[in-house]
Amino acid sequence: MKDSLVLLGRVPAHPDSRCWFLAWNPAGTLLASCGGDRRIRIWGTEVDEEDEYECVSVLNSHTQDVKHVVWHPSQELLASASYDDTVKLYREEEDDWVCCATLEGHESTVWSLAFDPSGQRLASCSDDRTVRIWRQYLPGNEQGVACSGSDPSWKCICTLSGFHSRTIYDIAWCQLTGALATACGDDAIRVFQEDPNSDPQQPTFSLTAHLHQAHSQDVNCVAWNPKEPGLLASCSDDGEVAFWKYQRPEGL
Amino acid sequence: MQRVSGLLSWTLSRVLWLSGLSEPGAARQPRIMEEKALEVYDLIRTIRDPEKPNTLEELEVVSESCVEVQEINEEEYLVIIRFTPTVPHCSLATLIVNKQINDKERVAAAMENPNLREIVEQCVLEPD
Repeated sequence: MKDSLVLLGRVPAHPDSRCWFLAWNPAGTLLASCGGDRRIRIWGTEVDEEDEYECVSVLNSHTQDVKHVVWHPSQELLASASYDDTVKLYREEEDDWVCCATLEGHESTVWSLAFDPSGQRLASCSDDRTVRIWRQYLPGNEQGVACSGSDPSWKCICTLSGFHSRTIYDIAWCQLTGALATACGDDAIRVFQEDPNSDPQQPTFSLTAHLHQAHSQDVNCVAWNPKEPGLLASCSDDGEVAFWKYQRPEGL
Repeated sequence: MQRVSGLLSWTLSRVLWLSGLSEPGAARQPRIMEEKALEVYDLIRTIRDPEKPNTLEELEVVSESCVEVQEINEEEYLVIIRFTPTVPHCSLATLIVNKQINDKERVAAAMENPNLREIVEQCVLEPD
């Protein structure tokens, strides 16, 4: 068993600090890491050196701990969530990565992020007990949303407040069903779905599941199974992992 | 600032765990909540400041009125403690410290620092 997991390499990614989160890009060519040193590092390999990872870029935009990073499902775009209450987006420019947008609106630490299946919208969850949905507007968009230069703008199009009574630690957007699950410090798991006739520019979401005491302590993370619709996993400060089956209620 | 936040948060979680506040069959009466608040206050008032030879009560960092206990449901209580850092006339300091204390990742990280942990242990030691 000892040889079934073999070390390829180690890198001092966030020296004198903690590394909180990692994410591979969809193409599998880059890894983003973030941590308590307020930085995000992007790691890649040289063309002919497949097992040697080196730092491709250091992103230094956040002013506080970076809690979470997530890649866009189809564009080379990275999003990050921070203790500084903002969400930032980054893209590649020439040989480096740059911050192309800062999303402000949350009133406290942003803990996690999730893109919707199309990649046009981003959901963020926060210590301020709200979920915000942001939409990408490209330059020259029909809605008249201003963009600076060739970078898209991101606007908050929906805020879900009054549903969570403590910090929301994680959010997951099901790529199969579009359902949004949240992990909360009040020990509950909630699921939201977009209303069928909702306006794309001002969508409304309804709470379709609310499980009190999903765990006996804070729920830290939720994850939708990528192949089986409605299959959800969660984990908690109580040390347990739980598996759930979600079905959209009739009439909602 | 970071020391204060680490100290208080870890201390509070330890203190509340040790005191075992849940009581089966407690009726929902405002008076019982006040008694519980006093119980909590009694536990925290003798905690010492890491840098001065005084207790948090003496330094007016905590007071009786700063503790509130709410019953969420049977056997489940929410304890709210408001404290004032020793930086005068600075409400921003309070916000900064409260935000740090309420971030469990940051508190966990701070408490893994052995020096900080030792300081916290010292501040919580019951006087002989």
